[in-house]
Amino acid sequence: MNAALLAAVVPTTTYYLVLSAVLFGVGAAGLLVRRNPLIMFMCIELMLNAVNLSFVAFAVRFGDISGQTAVFFVLVVAAAEVVVGLGIIISILRRRPGATADDLAEMKG
Amino acid sequence: MELVVFVLASAMVLAGAVGVIVRSNPVHAALSLVLTLFGIAVHFVALEAHFLAAVQVIVYAGAIVVLFLFVIMLLGVDKAEDLSIEPFPIQRPLAGVVGLGVAGLVIAAVVRARDTLQEGAALDAGGDRNIRALARDLFSDHVFAFELTSVLLIVAVVGTVLLTRKEKRKAGDA
Repeated sequence: MNAALLAAVVPTTTYYLVLSAVLFGVGAAGLLVRRNPLIMFMCIELMLNAVNLSFVAFAVRFGDISGQTAVFFVLVVAAAEVVVGLGIIISILRRRPGATADDLAEMKG
Repeated sequence: MELVVFVLASAMVLAGAVGVIVRSNPVHAALSLVLTLFGIAVHFVALEAHFLAAVQVIVYAGAIVVLFLFVIMLLGVDKAEDLSIEPFPIQRPLAGVVGLGVAGLVIAAVVRARDTLQEGAALDAGGDRNIRALARDLFSDHVFAFELTSVLLIVAVVGTVLLTRKEKRKAGDA
């Protein structure tokens, strides 16, 4: 395609939403594939970021700042969630070094 | 120009995301996560959400990833794990199918609905007006939720301290 024509293309909301969907899919696949609880946590962060990106894209599209406020709250909750989750992982791994997500089934009942 | 920024930032985001799930060393995965988070911050700047871009870098790339690295070092799991061990042989193909399926379904919905998206009034984002608008929204419509987040953070911190505290031996137990 002509370079000048390509340079005139402005990324629309749809571009951002497609990127967000792909990022969410990668995060979901990673969450299902990996067994290391730390990596699984990172994949959850990937999915949260994908949703944040679509929130901001929609906020710009609809001219409504509330979408960005929602992202702010997601950030706060993500920080709290990481703190609690890593605390749980530390206390599990301290007791049984090298535990994977499969071993955690022993926690039930 | 905007397209170039979009493509470069998207490449950062996706390369980092793939890096998180294929790297065998947790430290490398955490550093790939930083790449993704910076790419998202670039997208936020391109979308004129300046405050969120700054918060993204400070909170995510600064605090959360450092917390991850701190835990990795504390537990001493910064060794490459053997990814060829696979207890359930069908798990990886199934996970790929789920990931592709989720992404494909959402993309199909987005592409189908792209003409129904109403264009709203443009957000006034020059100078510090993004921060002003965000602050006005946060401290008027969402002020109660904002105050609740402080409770949430306190509860999370206290709970984590309780969870990870080493059990003290009771007096007279020794």
